[in-house]
This record gives sequence, C-alpha cells and structure tokens, in this order.
Amino acid sequence: MTGLIEDTGNTENTENTENTEPRTAAGRPAPAPRRRKPLGVRAYKAFRVAALIAVVIFLVAPLFWMLLASLKTNVDIYDSGKSFFFTPTGENYANVLQRNNYFVFILNSFWVAFVSTALSLVLGVPAAYAMSRFTMHRSALVVLMARVIPGVSLLVPWYYVFSNLKMVGGFEVLILSHMFVSLPLIVYIMMSYFDSLPLELEESAQVDGLTPIGAFRRITLPLSVAGMATAGILSFIFSWNNFMFALVLSGSKTKTLPVAIFDFVSYASIDWGGLMAAATVVTIPIMIIALFTQKYIVSGMTAGATKG
Amino acid sequence: MSVLTPPRSAQSEPPSGRNAGRAPGARENFSAWANRHRKWLFAAPAMIFVGVLIIFPLAWTLYLSLTDSQGSVRAASEFVGLENYLTVLSDGERFWPAVGRTLTFTGVALVCEVVLGMCIALLLWRPFRGEKWVRVAILLPLVATPVAVGMMWRLIFDPNIGFVNQLLGMVGIPPQPWLSGQDTALGTTIFMDVWQWTPMVVLILLAGLTSLSEEPDEAARMDGANAFQRFFLITLPLMMPTVIVAILLRGIDALKTFDILYATKGKGGGSFHEVETLNVYAYGLSFDYNQYGLSSAVLILFFMIIIGSMWLLTMRKKAVSK
Repeated sequence: MTGLIEDTGNTENTENTENTEPRTAAGRPAPAPRRRKPLGVRAYKAFRVAALIAVVIFLVAPLFWMLLASLKTNVDIYDSGKSFFFTPTGENYANVLQRNNYFVFILNSFWVAFVSTALSLVLGVPAAYAMSRFTMHRSALVVLMARVIPGVSLLVPWYYVFSNLKMVGGFEVLILSHMFVSLPLIVYIMMSYFDSLPLELEESAQVDGLTPIGAFRRITLPLSVAGMATAGILSFIFSWNNFMFALVLSGSKTKTLPVAIFDFVSYASIDWGGLMAAATVVTIPIMIIALFTQKYIVSGMTAGATKG
Repeated sequence: MSVLTPPRSAQSEPPSGRNAGRAPGARENFSAWANRHRKWLFAAPAMIFVGVLIIFPLAWTLYLSLTDSQGSVRAASEFVGLENYLTVLSDGERFWPAVGRTLTFTGVALVCEVVLGMCIALLLWRPFRGEKWVRVAILLPLVATPVAVGMMWRLIFDPNIGFVNQLLGMVGIPPQPWLSGQDTALGTTIFMDVWQWTPMVVLILLAGLTSLSEEPDEAARMDGANAFQRFFLITLPLMMPTVIVAILLRGIDALKTFDILYATKGKGGGSFHEVETLNVYAYGLSFDYNQYGLSSAVLILFFMIIIGSMWLLTMRKKAVSK
C-alpha cells in the first residue's frame, strides 16, 4: 500500500530502519555489572515473563488442541475425561489421506501456489523496480487497488467469462485468480525493497559500461534475492491459504486443500477427528515453511510499515 | 525491510562490460530501444494484467448493478437504472444489518488487535532469553490457513464437546452456545479474527518500535518520567504513523473477512444471518442465489465503504505525520 499511504518525498527515513542491528548486537551480550535491582524492576520482570508465557499459550494452545483431536478417535473426542490422556491413533490421517484422496488436493494446492507465485514474480519484480526507480506512484496505485477490491465483485464476471471459455475447473483459471492476489503483494513488497536499495551500485555499473537493463539484470536482481524470497514466500502462503477464489473457480480435478476441508463439513454429521486431521494436514506444510523462513515472513509482513 | 541484508554472492560478479564484444545490428537497436523505454517495458505487463482482471470486471459489476440480471448472467436482463440501489438501501432486513455487522466486526476486531498488539509488541521490544520461541509462536496463527482455523475453533467452541465450555465448567460457569448462539456468534468470530491477526499487528508495531530512536525516551527518563508517562507522551505519539499503517493494512482485510465466517457458519452467515457481513451477503447473493443485479449493487456500495474508510485513514495519517 506504499502508494496509498505515504507521500512521494519520504526517503530520509531509510536510515531509521537500520537501527535494528544495534538492538540485537549490542543489547544482549555484556550486561552491566550486577547490582541488586530495585523491587519495581524485579516485579516488572516477573510480570513480563508471566505475560509472555500467557501470550504464547494463547497463540499456540488452539493449534495444539487441533493436533490432539486429530489423533483421537471420535469416541475419545466426545469424552471430556480424555482431553489430554488418550491412546493416540493414526486412523484419522489414514482416512483423510487415503479414502478422501488428500494427496491429490495437496498436489493441487502446491502446484497452484507455486506457479502463480513464479509467474507473479516474473511480472511483478520488474514492475516494482520501474515503479520504485521512476517513482510511478499512480501506476503503483493501480496494481495495489487489487488488494483493496472485494474479491466477490470480480468473481461473477470472471466466472462468466471463464465458463464461456470452458476454463472453469482448469488450473489456468485458478492460477490466474491467485496471481491476482500474489502480484499486488509482490509489487508492494518489492517496491519497498527496491526503495531501500542504494542507487549508487547501479549507477557505477552503468559508468562501467552496462546498459540500464543490464545493470538491473546483473547488479540489482542478484542483490534482491532476499527481497524476492520474502515476496515469493508470502505469496506462496497467501495462495496456499486462499479459499474464496478456489471455492468458485476450482473443479473436482483442481480442488485445493481449503475447499476440500470446507467440503468435509457438508456431510450430515461432522467427523471431528477426520476434520481436525484434514485441518492439520493443510496447516502443517505451511507452518514448516514458516519456521524455516521466519525472518523473510516478518520482513514481508512489515514491509513499508515503518516509513513515512 | 530492515531485516533483509543483500546476499554476499552479488559482489563476486564484476560488472565488467560484457556488451563490448557484441555484434552491432538489429539486436543492438532493440536493446537501445528497450533501454530507453524500460520504464514502461517493465511496468506495463503487470499493470495490463491487473488492469484487465480488475477494470473489466469492475465495469461489468457496475453495469450488472443497473440491471435486473438473475438466474444466469447469460439470461436476458433489463436495464432498471438505480432500482437495485434503492432496493438495497431500503432493505432493513439483510443489507443494513450486514453493514452493521461488517462495521462491528471490523471495529471491534481492530481495537482489540491494536491494543493487544501494542501490549505484546511492548513486551517483546527489549531483548530477552527465549525471544526466538516467542517469535515462532507469534508466526504460527499468522500463516495458518483461515478455513482450517475456522474448523479448529468450531471444535473448541462446540457447545457440547468444546474445550472452552469444559474449562468454564471447571470454574462453575454454565456452558455458552458460542458460535451457535444468535447473540454470541459474531463475538466468537471476532475472537477468532483477533487470535489469527493480532500477530500481524504485533510484527508491524514491533518493526515501528525498533526503528524509533532511543533519545526522546532516554531524555524523558532523565527528567524522571515514569514508564506510563513515557509510553503515552513519548512512544505512542511517535508510533502513531505506524499504528495507522497497521490499522489500514488490517482494516482492509478485516472488512473483507470471508473465510472464517463462511467456514464456521456456512451460507448466509448462519440460519439467522448472525455473522452475515457485506462480503458474505454479496457472495451469497451471487453464488447461492444468483441475484447478480442485487449483489452487484451491494458490492459497489461495499467497495465505496472500503475506499471511504481508507481515504479517511490516509488523511488522518497525513495529519499525524506532520
């Protein structure tokens, strides 16, 4: 949303963001020589630890509960005496993966997320570069509008056009619709990344005889790998989690995981164990990715937030 | 983007002129042309892609909102002028309650998320042992699939077998209906939204806090200000622009919340439309009832609400930044 939020002339704040380094570097080692802290400080420390533990429990406990339920039989789920102590079973997972064919949905989700992210990077990175370097804020606004528009208003016309083209139920439509989410995200993140990249490197490369496009390709792009990783990972996650577009535009062959989970409850009575196993199956891959790419996700989520 | 550091490998590639050896000719001409027009060459494909996918459908939605199209978009429809808008705007049964719910959902969720988010961000601000694990915990709800999250809460809030009522039972509080209650459903979905998205606000505010300079805070400390005074008189005013960014980013998504509502309550936001927000209402009109004319009118009005609230916030941010 850079274009919407900030004015054109705010570049001096980039220095501010560099303050992150000293915090972790200088803050942790070598504490001041030990002195007995006053009571207020110690009370605050105890409070802080307690509060942090509460926060962690609040955030993690529901997920833990989902995981537990996915390992219970339906009889155990209904038995409040067996909330935490029960004999775990893998039956739900076997059910979900084999009988309901979740492997296909996993592959579908993965394929759609991967291709839409890759194509969005190809389109979005050069666009973000141009918009950042030439401060095309009005053009950026056009792309970022996509983030603001309610998806439903696009779905009716899309559905009509694509069903006329006999494309509904195919991967192409799903990928196109997911790109619609990914592209603005990637442009947004990459714009703030390019904004923070110094111009001097490109300029000196051009002095050394590279064309502007050559400088982009051989200097700026390699320097932007971290930014592209950030944008790509976030776009992958958003595509993986996307529900509404797939709900309308996917067919029986292209169904993605969120839709598959949703279909799970349309049966007469809810098979809680199976449902929780399905919910776990969809969240686990994305959480594993998140664990390994933590810092990228954080920088992507906060992109452009501390400027202006 | 402060966390990112450019990879080292880039320096190993010397920017020496590879172009020098190239044969002149058409290729050179094209390259010169491309370089001259790189601004639009780079930006155009993405803009055309988004433009085609947005402007055309939006124009179509606008057109549909002026017709009595229903059943099938292909079926003949008549131009009815502003009739759909009049119908919608005088509809006190579905439309206005949906507007109310949308604003309640967004407003309450945003207030909770910003207040809670600020508290958690302040807790995390100064380094501590185990920081890494807390940060992982914060990330988990954020990346979880909303539909799966909805299903998870459905089990936890289930009136009969849910863990929440079990917990309440232990301290002697009678079981609550939560999602299945007419009055409690919307609040419960707000709670889910707060659980999932407070972490995002935390991340944004934390990035803002770490980019603050320490001097004003330090000076106030020297002058004997206590922690509360320092927060409300120094830190909070300095953080206002970031807070508004967080509200903007979060607000847009909160207004458009669909996944958890549809996943937990299904079509029409439940049998009494307890959680039917504008987005759920418009989706239902379009895809469950095929009332394209009406749904388009709702969508256009909804879009205007979104744009309007964003505009207000952007104005506010400009005022605060100065």
